Amino acid sequence: MAWFKKEKTAITKRVKIPEGLWVKCDNCKEIVYRKEVEKNLKVCPKCNYHFRISAKERILLLADEGSFKEIGENLMSVDPLNFKDQVTYKERLKESLKKSNISEAVITGEAVMGGYPVMLIVFDFAFMGGSMGSVVGEKFTIAAEKALDEELPLISITSSGGARMQEGILSLMQMAKTSAAIARFNRSTLPYISILSDPTFGGVTASIAMLGDIIIAEPKSLIGFAGPRVIEQTIKQQLPEDFQRAEFLLQHGMIDMVINRRELKQTIVKLLSLIDGNSKVKSEKL
Amino acid sequence: MYYYLDFEKPVAELENKIEELKRIADGRDMNITSEIKRLEKKAKELRADIFSKLTPWQKILIARHSERPQTLDYIGLMMEDFVELHGDRRFSDDPSIVGGFAKFGGMPVAVIGHQKGRGTKDRIWRNFGQPHPEGYRKALRIMKLAEKFLMPVITFIDTAGAYPGIGAEERGQAEAIAKNLLEMSVLKTPVVSVITGEGGSGGALALAVTDKVLILEHSVYSVISPEGCAAILWKKNGSEITQEEYEKSSEALKLTAQDLFELEVIDEIIPEPVGGAHRDPKETAMTLAKVIKKHLAELIKKTVEELVEERYRKFRLMGKVEEGEEE
Repeated sequence: MAWFKKEKTAITKRVKIPEGLWVKCDNCKEIVYRKEVEKNLKVCPKCNYHFRISAKERILLLADEGSFKEIGENLMSVDPLNFKDQVTYKERLKESLKKSNISEAVITGEAVMGGYPVMLIVFDFAFMGGSMGSVVGEKFTIAAEKALDEELPLISITSSGGARMQEGILSLMQMAKTSAAIARFNRSTLPYISILSDPTFGGVTASIAMLGDIIIAEPKSLIGFAGPRVIEQTIKQQLPEDFQRAEFLLQHGMIDMVINRRELKQTIVKLLSLIDGNSKVKSEKL
Repeated sequence: MYYYLDFEKPVAELENKIEELKRIADGRDMNITSEIKRLEKKAKELRADIFSKLTPWQKILIARHSERPQTLDYIGLMMEDFVELHGDRRFSDDPSIVGGFAKFGGMPVAVIGHQKGRGTKDRIWRNFGQPHPEGYRKALRIMKLAEKFLMPVITFIDTAGAYPGIGAEERGQAEAIAKNLLEMSVLKTPVVSVITGEGGSGGALALAVTDKVLILEHSVYSVISPEGCAAILWKKNGSEITQEEYEKSSEALKLTAQDLFELEVIDEIIPEPVGGAHRDPKETAMTLAKVIKKHLAELIKKTVEELVEERYRKFRLMGKVEEGEEE
């Protein structure tokens, strides 16, 4: 049986990919060279799947170089319910902090985009699935209020599983709080542009994400209210192939456009120039 | 004949015995009549005892009780001249949310609420009170009408949550809910909500961004169902979730009226008759009506600007955060 053994070792050798050199695309399952993916702004060169990127990477991508000034970075989560499942919420927070190297699931701050000063709100899925608890809600609300005060366009980029259940009802209330802040922001003539990236679900979709004046999604992002597994279990049917993908939402009239990561910044800047140009015309008329 | 929950069994046994004795005595045998009186007192005490120390899970069972009064019951018991309005003017009419105009203590109001339905046929038709986007859009349409006609709005909340289905997603469940949150936060008329049964996440909140949020004693309000929470946080490698884990998650979520009051999400808890609202819907409705009237009377005195500003403040302050060290 010597030939059999040999074959077996050969297979293990083939399967073992050096850590970090290659990545498997979540969408097309192709193994692609990591450097190539990174050079391509973390977009799969085979299928155009947009990998999830961190909030910090996203800011580098969108803000003019060196323009980002963070606000609300000192806000930290507490454990209002003393929540414990198999581990405590406090431990989960610590774990997430270590894993993602940021203090919460959202980074907010002022930036300049193509010369336009803006307020940015960027979610990071690596921190507890980008879930919205009190800190996320508070940071968004502070950002929206400050944007209104300083007359800055508001731009959010979501990537979130929804409300943070470890904060119970208080996380649900963040949906009301952030939506109310957007309502208040809407008293101005300033734009709120909402960018949906993979994945955007639950309470975040049903507040921040779907309230943009203009809504843009990255290709193939999964976006919805209820998670696909929950829907499948409820209706006992298999879901259509493209269900809850960005393209599906576009087709159903839920978003304005699906834009490649490479063209995202220029699209936003173009929109800002159109909206800003219009407000200048209006004020001249007044 | 009531439908008894498991933990009510001791009371059920006693009450069945009382019924039996009553039949035998037929009001004539004095010995049996005094025995009946004694047992009735005992049953009452026993029920009061059981209901004074309900666990969160038991409260969930009461909140979901098939005989618990629903929006149309409350409208019938505390309002007059109800005219139901239908449709979202976009796609269809969703019977899992009912709404319209009525007179409440002589005052015209808009009233909106979830309706789970009674009996299999009605419950299926009403999708067990789990709305599609059309339901939320109808609700918003009625609220905007109330704003136009200067009527206060009263909402009754009782849903397991917004329906998770293909059509609901296609037609923008998330957008419909988000739009309600946004519009309600700036609605230029007094709005009072009451959680009368289950307050299921975003599907409940979409009717609850209101000046006052009231809750019935045994109702619950949560960001996720204890079943959903347990499935995510307690599941180990595809193992079945046990009853014990449901009970644990329902405790962890702090979803009872009493917990919510402590978390300052609820303005007032409305007491229920011993044994729950379904034991005496009329009494429940009367108590509830009194409390709603009290709050509306205060709210009506405020200017529209005060109302909207105070509503913003109310939700603005919700949540708990800590300021860490400046870096």
